Amino acid sequence: MRVPVPRSCAHYLGRRLFRFLRTVQGLGAFALITLGVMITKCRASSRVIHPLAIHEVSRAGLRLLPMFLFVAAALGLVVIGQAVSWLTRVGAINYLGTIMVIVVVRELGPLIAAMLLLARVGTANVVDLGTARALGEVEVLEALGIDPIHYFVAPRVFGMAVGVFSLTVYLILGAIVSGYLWAFVQEVPLQPAEYFRQLAGALSGLDFALLAVKTGLFGFIIAIVTCYHGLAQPLRLEEVSHATVRAVAQSVIACVLLDAVFIVIYLIF
Amino acid sequence: MTAAASNPAAAGLALEMRGATVTAMADPGTILLEGVDWSVAPGDFWVVGGLQGSGKTDFLLMTGGLTAPGSGAYHFFGKGMPMFEEHRLGERLQLSMVFDEAKLFNRLTVSENVSLPLRYHRNLTVAGADAEVRPLLDLTELASWADSTPGAMALAWRKRVGLARALMLKPRVLLLDNPLLGLDLRHRGWWLNFLGQLSRGHPWMEGRPTTLVVTTHDFRPWQGVGRQFAVLKDRRFVVLGSWQQVNAAGDERVRELLAVEAGSI
Repeated sequence: MRVPVPRSCAHYLGRRLFRFLRTVQGLGAFALITLGVMITKCRASSRVIHPLAIHEVSRAGLRLLPMFLFVAAALGLVVIGQAVSWLTRVGAINYLGTIMVIVVVRELGPLIAAMLLLARVGTANVVDLGTARALGEVEVLEALGIDPIHYFVAPRVFGMAVGVFSLTVYLILGAIVSGYLWAFVQEVPLQPAEYFRQLAGALSGLDFALLAVKTGLFGFIIAIVTCYHGLAQPLRLEEVSHATVRAVAQSVIACVLLDAVFIVIYLIF
Repeated sequence: MTAAASNPAAAGLALEMRGATVTAMADPGTILLEGVDWSVAPGDFWVVGGLQGSGKTDFLLMTGGLTAPGSGAYHFFGKGMPMFEEHRLGERLQLSMVFDEAKLFNRLTVSENVSLPLRYHRNLTVAGADAEVRPLLDLTELASWADSTPGAMALAWRKRVGLARALMLKPRVLLLDNPLLGLDLRHRGWWLNFLGQLSRGHPWMEGRPTTLVVTTHDFRPWQGVGRQFAVLKDRRFVVLGSWQQVNAAGDERVRELLAVEAGSI
């Protein structure tokens, strides 16, 4: 005999599912509209939009470099330094390159860069755009015949995609160098040439290509989700904080799901 | 078939609404005005009055093409009002809007705010637009504020920035949402004088009379400036006519709009 599900529980689940589907539909539509605007208007009003895009690259890239160097040093200690030390003790130092590439280049580097950018820039996107929306700046742009997606969203998407890619590269390089330094401090008998030879041997052209695609997509997803929650709904100022929380949660989920897709791609190839 | 094709007289109108329904921008399900019949000839100066919450701003947003009418027809120079169609951008830029409390971009300077529509639509740098922006800043007495950000300015000056921005592309129709709200007598005088000049044909507009629609909650300052008056009451748009007809109207709502306590604007 089947246990009847409480009506309220079914309602709750149904409502959650419906809301989830509505969000996915909204995000998908917003992403497609943004892509369409970025393609069709890539040269339109370039003297207004390109400086905004450069500003976003600076905001999501250059200005975060000191923080990323610190995180790279920490990542080197946590992952590489300890891995080198333990691999040496069990006599498996030959696997170092493979482990480094899998852990740092393919997984942790892009994911950590994306999460840090979400925290530093993505949340600011929701607050900025939510406030702009609540204060009527979107209506002003529309009244002036300016496409809000072109003016507000396209530069952020470009900046975020470039930012995640660049910072991931810095993070990986920093982590590899600092990891060796930590290993050196622990007096692990590994020459720099051997260390970098192993790393180079474990890397393939596919790693570079997928790293670029993956980090670009992370940046795209984070920018789309945060801009959507800031812009696409009629927000009041008091709703901005809720929108920020929703955007962060959905960005994390979307990035992890995308990461899972790339794991499958790596396994296939 | 367009209104112009079906009705030759409509082609000569700047704005025309027939049985239009105005809905709230924040909640399109909420109807604020029904059955709006309104004809605005080029060069007209309309003053639309209404108490707070009567739907003045939403009426103006619909007039500005930022929301669609819930039902009915709305034509702009004989054609359907351009909303966001890219191929009708040129027509859309014939209409501009000055928002209540200006709604400026706080991260841009005054000069950048004013030049934004020009720079965007003509693909100019800030320096490239400067030659066209300076005269407008002088005209609106904003030259000394050019490099300031709006946060450093009083409301009266921010409103002028909003006006200058709306005039940057020399529109044929200008909509102003409660432009005198919160201004002192000196600034009110400046606005009334300037709008009067625009209506008659200002040199900045190359002498062409600008079609003006302003909203207000007090008719009195507009005596001798506005030429046509209307009032929003009980979800209806009621055309009153000239100032003499406003004065002669026995309607309670109109009397309220004429008897607002001095100093409340």
